[in-house]
Amino acid sequence: MSVNNTQVKHIAALANIPVSEEESQELAEAFTETLVVVDRLRKADAGKTAITHQVTGFKNILREDIVKEEQSFTQEEALANAKSTYKGFFVVPYVLQNKDN
Amino acid sequence: MKLNELTLKESIDALDKKEVKIEEIYQDIDKVYQAKNEDLNIYLSVDADALKKAKEASKKPLRGLPIAVKDNFCTIGLPTTASSNVLDGFMPQYESTVTKRLKENGGIVYGKTNMDAWAHGSSTETSDFGRTLNPRNIEHLPGGSSGGSAAAIAADMSIAAIGSETAGSIRQPAAWCGTVGLKPSYGRVSRFGVVSMASSTDSPGPLTKTVEDACILLNSFAGPDERDATCNKEKAPDFTSFLGQSIKGLKIGVIYQDVKEIGETNDKLLQELNILKELGAEVEIVKAMDPHHAIGVYTVVQRAEVSSNLARYDGIRYGEDRSHFGDESKRRIMLGTYTLTKGHADQYYNLAQKVRTLYLENYKELFKKYDILVAPTSPSFAKKIGASFESSMFGELEDMLVEASSVSGLPGINVPFYHDEKTNLYLGANFIAPMWREDSIIKVADAFEKNTKWNSWRNK
Repeated sequence: MSVNNTQVKHIAALANIPVSEEESQELAEAFTETLVVVDRLRKADAGKTAITHQVTGFKNILREDIVKEEQSFTQEEALANAKSTYKGFFVVPYVLQNKDN
Repeated sequence: MKLNELTLKESIDALDKKEVKIEEIYQDIDKVYQAKNEDLNIYLSVDADALKKAKEASKKPLRGLPIAVKDNFCTIGLPTTASSNVLDGFMPQYESTVTKRLKENGGIVYGKTNMDAWAHGSSTETSDFGRTLNPRNIEHLPGGSSGGSAAAIAADMSIAAIGSETAGSIRQPAAWCGTVGLKPSYGRVSRFGVVSMASSTDSPGPLTKTVEDACILLNSFAGPDERDATCNKEKAPDFTSFLGQSIKGLKIGVIYQDVKEIGETNDKLLQELNILKELGAEVEIVKAMDPHHAIGVYTVVQRAEVSSNLARYDGIRYGEDRSHFGDESKRRIMLGTYTLTKGHADQYYNLAQKVRTLYLENYKELFKKYDILVAPTSPSFAKKIGASFESSMFGELEDMLVEASSVSGLPGINVPFYHDEKTNLYLGANFIAPMWREDSIIKVADAFEKNTKWNSWRNK
């Protein structure tokens, strides 16, 4: 399986990673190199084998649904590392409406 | 003797017998830190109040001793960067369960150690803050991703250290730096507050000078945690109770992979394992599944989980924006995204999770016959600096031998089994056991360490 740089740009958009033209070329080559190794998996006899997502076999480990004050951030703590805040809120980029169009 | 060269056990004993003062231990640690840290690039940050905190912890199990902690554990008061520019200067508002318990038990976070950025690698060369050098030979890499923690031990720049492993990230740097590294069963140690990498395999654990030290340190932080839903609810055992035990009658299978990259290392290991026979264990060669498939499984599963876990870094609530990711992280996030997209998920992600099942089944079969399996931790000695940039698959090829057990969640431990006089570099053996059977690997690794000449602290 090989990957071209048009595909790389599509993936970059999905992953929200800014990628330059030059980088997309390099990444296409790197992905192709990696997928060669991954493609060997097809040689494993996995046909109808079940899928494993979790190795412990535990199911639904839950704790009691109680609010623990000491485990919750204060508003001040929650905002402590934010680059930009406004009246106690995070400032986020436009998503629903872009102000430029 | 310089006090920074003491093991954790020796330090505790010397303090209890009042042969040394905690200040003297810190003095010697500080000295080697000041002399070597700039060149070796082991610590990214250190706690200026460490000694003050140590004096207040003198009666606790770890006696206020200085512990090096990988920079992907959230620590209040010390920056936590995962060696990435995205988190440069990030000050956590909360403490990881591992470091919280470490502190409650009197361990002091001396400093935070360098790693591959986001733990994506096996060299510590992909750190956005520069590579760490191997203290045993500075022309070589320390391995990774917990390379800073392994180097802190090898350089005697801490008494013990903590790292985390997804596939080899504790054991491989331990092998390259000639130290002990224990990866507990997945779910034995809480992942709460550890910068997430691959959530279905991430396992925090100790990097230490001896097997005994690994048990003492693991005792301080293993066990159930309601903040990690994948954590085992069962109380963790006292790991030190497995030390000094007879290995008579233990059945040990040597996984001899007939792969050209491993040939010489395999032969050296086989020779060294003779001591286990002399101690009464049964040792024989077994054939396991081809390790090359594990590379594929790990590559797909790890990148898929990375693409999801690293989606949270948006630069809004904390950290810098996504343009600050380094090349390796970009590659991993994007490849993970690719393998999860419609049309590719079956071909890659689901296939990898099926082959993962095949490994679990293979181990189940092998462990019907054997108590323990062993193989070299890494195909060969520590590679030269710069080596990780030669291939986009460097990490996976390096970790080929540990990936199968990692994706299966098994516990494993690295102990040195060979030392090359000319280069001063080490080879490490990786003992693995079934889920939750840390007792078996501790027993055999402890016996091997005490009856061979390869541990540099036990054989000064």
